[in-house]
Amino acid sequence: MHELRTEQVLFWRNREAAFFTFFLPVIFFLVFGSIYGNSTITKEHLRAAPFLEAGMIGYGVASTAFAGLAITMVIRRESGVLKRVRATPLPPWTYLLAVLVSTFITFLVEAVLLIVLGRVLFSVAVPTRPLSLFVALVIGAGAFAAMGLGLTSVVRSAEGSSAVVNFVYLPMAIISGTFFTPKEYPAFLRVIADVLPLTYFTKLTRDVMVRHHHLWSESGSVGVVLLWGVVGIAAAIRGFRWQPRES
Amino acid sequence: MSAVSVTGLRKSYGAYEALRGIDFTIEPGEVFGLLGPNGAGKTTTVEILEGYRARNAGTVDVLGIDPQQSGSAWRERIGVMLQSSSLYPNLTPRESLQVFAGYYAKPRDVDEVVEIVGLAEKADDRVRTLSGGQKRRLDLALALVGDPELVFLDEPTTGFDPGARRTAWDTVRNLRALGKTILLTTHYLDEAEQLADRVAVLRDGVIVREGSPAELTGGIVETEIRFRRGGEDVVEHTKDATRRLHELTAEALARGEELEQLEVRRPTLEDVYLELTAE
Repeated sequence: MHELRTEQVLFWRNREAAFFTFFLPVIFFLVFGSIYGNSTITKEHLRAAPFLEAGMIGYGVASTAFAGLAITMVIRRESGVLKRVRATPLPPWTYLLAVLVSTFITFLVEAVLLIVLGRVLFSVAVPTRPLSLFVALVIGAGAFAAMGLGLTSVVRSAEGSSAVVNFVYLPMAIISGTFFTPKEYPAFLRVIADVLPLTYFTKLTRDVMVRHHHLWSESGSVGVVLLWGVVGIAAAIRGFRWQPRES
Repeated sequence: MSAVSVTGLRKSYGAYEALRGIDFTIEPGEVFGLLGPNGAGKTTTVEILEGYRARNAGTVDVLGIDPQQSGSAWRERIGVMLQSSSLYPNLTPRESLQVFAGYYAKPRDVDEVVEIVGLAEKADDRVRTLSGGQKRRLDLALALVGDPELVFLDEPTTGFDPGARRTAWDTVRNLRALGKTILLTTHYLDEAEQLADRVAVLRDGVIVREGSPAELTGGIVETEIRFRRGGEDVVEHTKDATRRLHELTAEALARGEELEQLEVRRPTLEDVYLELTAE
């Protein structure tokens, strides 16, 4: 608990990171919601606003649990903080768990904020399947956090961390259709979208929030997200380091 | 039982041999100085003792435990100050200490530690606004907050101004007075001379000399006598300083001369060090 509190303080104290990972999805929601929130998605006769809201929660998991976590952990590794923590009696797993739970709390606050803003500004109904949504958020945050930790192993320096992470996550967010539906993308982009985890996580949030499906009726999407989570865990176990690379 | 005991310690990075079989022991309550130029293997040694690095050969015993098999209970008993600063930039020193104090079963009082390292005035400023020397003092404070028996200080005063160094030295002396065991690496010779009960000089992965600062400097028996005579600098080295000085002053008195800028100098650890580490 002590460490969890510390992690929350650390996150909100770092204004750049808090802006980048927490507020960017919120801002995008406000901007795009104002632009085309009231237009209609013809195929399903859905208003765009709820569709975008669910998409921004998908974008949120990528920015908070994946990109934000990866950058934070690389900076801490390169500045020696992780190494220093290893010399204390705090078990490394406790530390990592606190980091992950803190990340999830941040993401949860963001999701709630998006839902509230959607209700107030764009008249989007509050999700009817809160339990399914909560479980979906837990699965998504876990899988993307695992991938984020895995990604830290390929980043060599603190300076390079945002470049590498942005290079991975921004195209992913766009191709996976968090802003627009990928169904109307050209074929080659759809091929890429079809393997990306964020495509399936966004599909999950939309199925649960917009189409009122139960989570367990979408086992295919859940499976793909979990599979990517396992890939992330494997990469993290192989490559996560507590110290800068020895020269 | 010794606090630290190292025998036949070897460590290679690829083909490069950083440590080529070193032996030393540190007794409880002792301040042990590991001295040497950059690249001599000081940090490698300390980080093996702290449990960060695996060794290639030799035995290492730190507080009765092999650091490679150490756990939380062992880490309760050690304090670590790494060679480079390792801090959260967005916390204040007081908060940083509170965070780390929370990791230990019996931490020291945070305000007291802030006071000890002389950071009281900066205790509530963000770490990123501190100077390099102030950050190092916080690193030192973090090494002490768990109230450890054994403290590793890897170049603790690098980048300090002279005043801050004196303060840090007093802190180390206070720790020693409390019965703590301290392993200190430094390339400042006066620091080792001032603080260490015993010093090992490391060069190219080998300990080339070990003993108390007095023993090390005692190895060189010649005393240096300098003065000016007739507008010229005279420097003499002698093994019998008392007699030579008497002769010189008697001569000068007999002639009614002044031995200008007369200086008699015992070799310092620095002389020994330069001699030992010279290529």
